[in-house]
Amino acid sequence: MAGGQQTTSLRTYALTRLGLALPMVLILLTMVFLLLRVAPGDPITAALGGRLPPEQLEERREAAGYNRSLAVQYLEYLGNVATLDFGETIVDNRPVTRVITQNGAATLELTVVALFVALLVGIGVGLVSGRYRDTPVDVAGRLFGILIYAAPVFFLGFLAQLVFAQWLGWFPTSGRASPVTSYDLDTPTNLFLVDSLIALDFSAFSDVLSHLVLPAVTLGLVTGGVFIRLIRVNVLQTLQGDYIEAARARGLSERTVMWHHAFRNALVPVITVVGLQVALLLGGAVLTEQTFNWPGIGSELIRYLNNRDYIAIQGIITFFALVVVIVSLLIDLLNAWVDPRVRY
Amino acid sequence: MARPSLTRLFGPIREARGVPKWVVIAGIAITIAFVVFALFAPWIAPYDFDTYRTADGVRFPKQGHPSGDHLFGTNVQSTDVLSRVIYGARTALEVVILAVIFSLAVGLPLGLISGYFGGKLDRVLLLVMDSLFAFPYLLLAIVVAFLLSDRLGRGVMTAAVSISVVYVPQYYRVVRNHVISVREETYVEAARALGAKPRTVISRYILQNVIQNVPVIATLNAADAILTLAALGFLGYGIQPTDAAEWGYDLQRAISDAGAGIWWTGLFPGFAIVTLVTGLTLLGEGLNDVLNPVLRRRPIQAVILPERQSRLPAGEAGV
Repeated sequence: MAGGQQTTSLRTYALTRLGLALPMVLILLTMVFLLLRVAPGDPITAALGGRLPPEQLEERREAAGYNRSLAVQYLEYLGNVATLDFGETIVDNRPVTRVITQNGAATLELTVVALFVALLVGIGVGLVSGRYRDTPVDVAGRLFGILIYAAPVFFLGFLAQLVFAQWLGWFPTSGRASPVTSYDLDTPTNLFLVDSLIALDFSAFSDVLSHLVLPAVTLGLVTGGVFIRLIRVNVLQTLQGDYIEAARARGLSERTVMWHHAFRNALVPVITVVGLQVALLLGGAVLTEQTFNWPGIGSELIRYLNNRDYIAIQGIITFFALVVVIVSLLIDLLNAWVDPRVRY
Repeated sequence: MARPSLTRLFGPIREARGVPKWVVIAGIAITIAFVVFALFAPWIAPYDFDTYRTADGVRFPKQGHPSGDHLFGTNVQSTDVLSRVIYGARTALEVVILAVIFSLAVGLPLGLISGYFGGKLDRVLLLVMDSLFAFPYLLLAIVVAFLLSDRLGRGVMTAAVSISVVYVPQYYRVVRNHVISVREETYVEAARALGAKPRTVISRYILQNVIQNVPVIATLNAADAILTLAALGFLGYGIQPTDAAEWGYDLQRAISDAGAGIWWTGLFPGFAIVTLVTGLTLLGEGLNDVLNPVLRRRPIQAVILPERQSRLPAGEAGV
C-alpha cells in the first residue's frame, strides 16, 4: 500500500490472493460442517424422525453413511464439495446442484438486475450530491440514502406492492412469469429474460420483465443506499485534489473537469464495494424472494429450513460460501488490474 | 472513575455546534421516545399485544380499518395494530441490548488479545473472523437461529445470540486494528518498560483508549441489529409470535394484506422500524462527528492576530 515503486506483478498478486482464498474456503466449509452436520445429530433422524419406524431410520442412516466416524464424513464432505457434489435433498430427493441451477438462475436474474438498479441510483444520486454539496439537492440525496438504509427490504416491497400493484395496477406482485408464459416458454438457461430473447418471444419477454420490475427495484434501492454515501464522499475528496485545481487552472471547462477528472476517479472504489455488497445482496435476495414469492434459491432455503432438511440446507449454504469467496477473489483481481496501487 | 469518563463522554456533546449537534439531538430524541414506549408499553398501549377481543368478550374486527377504537386498525388476527407497534419497541430493545452486550463480551476481549499479542493466534483469529464476516450475515443469523430454536426455543435469547454472531467479527476487527495502532504508542512502551504485566497494560492503557470507539459502533450496530431482528421475524425465525409482538413478523403477515389494499397492518410496523433505525443511525453518526477529535468542530473563538509583519511586497501578500 506504500504506493510509488511497486515491483509486484499482477501474476504474483493473483497467486498470493488465491493462496489466501483457499484457507478461507476451508474455514467456511469446516464451519458449515460443524454447524449443520455435527451440532444437530444426523440429518435423517432430524428430517424423518418420528415419521418412520426406528429400523427403517437405522437402515437409511446406514445407507447414507451417517454411522461412520465424523472425521471420515468430514473428509468425504470436502471431497464432494471439491467435485461440486452438494448432496441430495431428503424431503424431495432432488440433487442440490439442480436446486442451484434451477432456482439459482432465478436468484441470479434478480440480483444482477437489482445490482444494476443499485449502481444506477447510487452513482446518479451520489455524483449529484457530491457535486452540489450542501445544497438542497445534496440534503435530499443524503436523507434519501439514510431512509433507504433504514427501511427493511420487505417493507419497501410491501409499499411497492401496495402502490404499484394494488393501487396503480402496473405490475404483478408475485412469481417470475404469468402461468401462460411459464407453460409456453422453453427454459434452457432458466434465466427467463435470456430464454424469452432466445425464443424471440417478445410478449413473454415483456411479461417476464414486468414480473421482475418490483422485486429488482426494491432490492436495488436498498442496496443502492450504500453506494450513494460512498460516491458522495469520494466526489468530495477528489474535488479537493490538486489535479482538479490543475485542470481548472489549465482552463478546462467545468464540465470536462467534472466528468473526466473528478467523477472518473471517484468511481474507482465502487468496484471494491460491489464485491462487499454481494454478501448483502444475497441476504437481501432471500428477503426479497419471500416478499415477492420469487422462486429463487433463498425461497428454497427457507422451505428446506422449515422441513428440517439438513442435507439441502448444508448444500445450499456451502454453495453460498463458495460464491462469496469466489466473488471476493474476482473483485480483488479486477481491482488490482484496474488500480496498480492495490497490489501488495 | 466513572465521573470523569462520563464528563468526557457528554462534554463534547455540549460543546458541539451546528449540524452535528442537531443530528445527535434528533437521534437522542427518537431513541428516547422508543425507550419510553418499551418501558411503559403496558400503560401507553391501549390493549395488550395479543388481545383480540374486548373485556366483554366481543371480538375485535378482523383487518378493521383505523377508527376511534383502534387508531391504527386491527390485523388479520384481530389484534390492535397500535398496541403491537408499541409492544414491538419493547421486544426490539430487549433483543438489541442483549445482542450488543453479547457481541461486545466476545468481540472486545478477542480483539484486545489478538491485537496485543499478535503472532499466530492473531493470524488464525483474523482469518476465522474475516471468513465469518464475508459470509452473508443474514444467512448466518438464520442458520444459527434455526439451530438454536431446537435447544433454547424461539425466544429473546435465541434471537439475541443469532444476531450477536453477526456482529462479533465487526467488534473484533475494529478493536484489533485500534489495539495494533495504540500498541506502539510511547505511553504503552513506557508502561511495558516499567515492568507492567500484559494484563495491566491492556486493562489500564489500551482498553481505556480503545473503549472510546465503542459507543459509536454499538449505536450503529444496534441500528443494524433492529433490521436483522425484523428480517429474522419476517422469515419466521424470530420471536415466537405468542410470546411478544415483533415488527418483522407483523410485516410478514401484512404482505398478503397488500394485495387486498389493506395498508395499515404493514405501514405502521414498517414506519416504526424505519424511525427507530434512522434515530439510532443519526445518534451514532452524530456521536462520531462529536466524539471524534478529527471531525469535531468546536465553537469558533475570536482570535486577535498580531499585526502582520510582511516581508512581501504589498501586492503579493494575499496570495
